[in-house]
Amino acid sequence: MKISDIKTLLDAKVLCGEEHLDRDVFSACGSDMMSDVLAYVKDQAVLLTGLVNSQVIRTAEMMDMICIVFVRSKKPTDDMIELARESGLVLMNTEKRMYEACGLLYTSGLVGNGVHHE
Amino acid sequence: MSDSLRFHFDVNGQSFTSAGQASVQVKKNLRELGIPAETIRRVSIAMYEGEINMVIHAHGGEADVIVYEDRIEIILADRGPGIPNIELAMKEGYSTAPDNIRSLGFGAGMGLPNMKRYTDDMKIETELGKGTTITMRVNI
Repeated sequence: MKISDIKTLLDAKVLCGEEHLDRDVFSACGSDMMSDVLAYVKDQAVLLTGLVNSQVIRTAEMMDMICIVFVRSKKPTDDMIELARESGLVLMNTEKRMYEACGLLYTSGLVGNGVHHE
Repeated sequence: MSDSLRFHFDVNGQSFTSAGQASVQVKKNLRELGIPAETIRRVSIAMYEGEINMVIHAHGGEADVIVYEDRIEIILADRGPGIPNIELAMKEGYSTAPDNIRSLGFGAGMGLPNMKRYTDDMKIETELGKGTTITMRVNI
């Protein structure tokens, strides 16, 4: 799946990183608890979250993720967007709630890493 | 060769927003040195967790990353309250972080266990009322 497909599926608005939309991603995770993302996530490229603070951006960067989707139309601050831009991350937000957003991506083939093994 | 390269950072304990800046910089530096991606990820996650801990529990401190030919050492030193019970602190899910930290996505009791999991060796030296120094090693 390409990041542009995520944008379409979630009817999401891109906040930064427009130039990376053609990058391929193979798995995703959804969490508001960054501790869990740092503990359990492996090779997921996309993070869906309802949490909005600068540590979300840093956590994604530490995990080598390339795209963050904020659910329920949550809007990151300008500082967060700037931080993401510096790190080459795509940020977008969607009106959809976490459960629905994850479900839509999952049923369209973007799985969690625990299920799919390359 | 016994050459090593040292990066030093002061970790500002006043601001949760800026926590993690040193780890981001270390990640960049290690990339420039051509260190393998998986090694960089392990170093930066362990250091990031440590940095967050220093800000939550110890009003900041100092971080040093030393790159040797065969390993990377991360030394995090604070002058915080110390850890009363290391065995308990190492348990997944045990946390003394305040609720406001949990609402920021941390404080799930995963920090120290994560640091141990991502590194090849971790040593904790702590004294109540004096501070804590954590030394971690990741082999290259």
